[in-house]
Amino acid sequence: MTRPPILKLGDILIVSIQTDLDDQEALALQDDLAEAAVAARARGVIIDISAVDVVDSFIGRTFATIAAITRILDAETVVVGMRPAVAITMVELGLSMGGVRTALNLTQAIEMLNHARSPG
Amino acid sequence: MTVQAEAAIRRTKDLFLEQDGRLLDQWSEKANISADELRELYRALRAALAGEDEDFTDVRGLLAEFSRTRVRQGYTPAETARTVFALKDAMYEIVEADGSPEALRGFAWFSRLVDDLGLFTFETFSNAREKVILDQTEQLLELSTPVVKLWEGIVAVPLVGTLDSARTQVVMEKLLQTLMETGSQHAVIDITGVPAVDTQVAHHLLKTVMAARLMGAECVISGIRPQIAHTIVTLGIEFGDIVTKASLADALAHALRRSGAEIKVNGRWPDEEETESSP
Repeated sequence: MTRPPILKLGDILIVSIQTDLDDQEALALQDDLAEAAVAARARGVIIDISAVDVVDSFIGRTFATIAAITRILDAETVVVGMRPAVAITMVELGLSMGGVRTALNLTQAIEMLNHARSPG
Repeated sequence: MTVQAEAAIRRTKDLFLEQDGRLLDQWSEKANISADELRELYRALRAALAGEDEDFTDVRGLLAEFSRTRVRQGYTPAETARTVFALKDAMYEIVEADGSPEALRGFAWFSRLVDDLGLFTFETFSNAREKVILDQTEQLLELSTPVVKLWEGIVAVPLVGTLDSARTQVVMEKLLQTLMETGSQHAVIDITGVPAVDTQVAHHLLKTVMAARLMGAECVISGIRPQIAHTIVTLGIEFGDIVTKASLADALAHALRRSGAEIKVNGRWPDEEETESSP
């Protein structure tokens, strides 16, 4: 089982998923991120899926769960770089990620996190 | 095939092959076309009839080429076919001159052969036409879906014409691809040129907006004419929390405001005050 490395950039955690995740790996990522968010006192989590070809309902829901977990830990989760083909497939299948925030690229995600933090 | 019929065909072939140049001259005269244009075709036909296995591949190839050039020169397919059919007239004179019953019987066979060739020119013509139509449809599909950049971070898709599944698919793919490549966070889908919006079209639009959202971009739908707004409400289509604007200008202003730009005319926003709830 591969565990994508969790990088720390200031108070933002960045995970770049390079392979298609299976269910076990997705659950492991969820646990890892929750722990890392606490350990690093992160204010934001960015999940980069620009290399991912398949996002099924389980992965979609896992992202939503991760977002909910990190929100409780006071960190906003942003999913970044979903490919057009993946987005189209998800919409065609009626899948959603339960309101997880999304951004086109890493720059915009970091901007979004900084922006969300500054007023509050 | 009876022995008689075989003999008739044999006789016709012989008559045809005996003629050499005379038949070609007569053909060109009947068809009212220069002999040079028909020479190659005539030679191929001779070769095909002289051969044992009656292989007309060469003849058909030349005929296809011939009918293509004729069409390009502005002849109708009927005229082209008539040119081919003129061979029958030319051949009939020779058969008549020969006068033998075999030759007359064989002429029926020959006539059928020429008919086939004539119809083949028709087929070539319609195939060529169909190819042109297919190509144009494809070009139209590409032409009709431009994604234009309105501002840094704002792209627009002006949709013109009827939307069907195939077109929406192309629009969706192209828009999402552009969003990814340019990193634009705002997209305006302008439907001013769309004559009618039914549930199907609305569904396609919603899907595009949802897909863009999954990627991290916001879509605004603009150019909704009064009649279309009426139809949408009558059909009970829910656009949910998707922002819709009456004109492209409003949509651009909205997108600019969302991306943090300030536009002020005489110190005030051009339209609606800060009523927008933050995202």
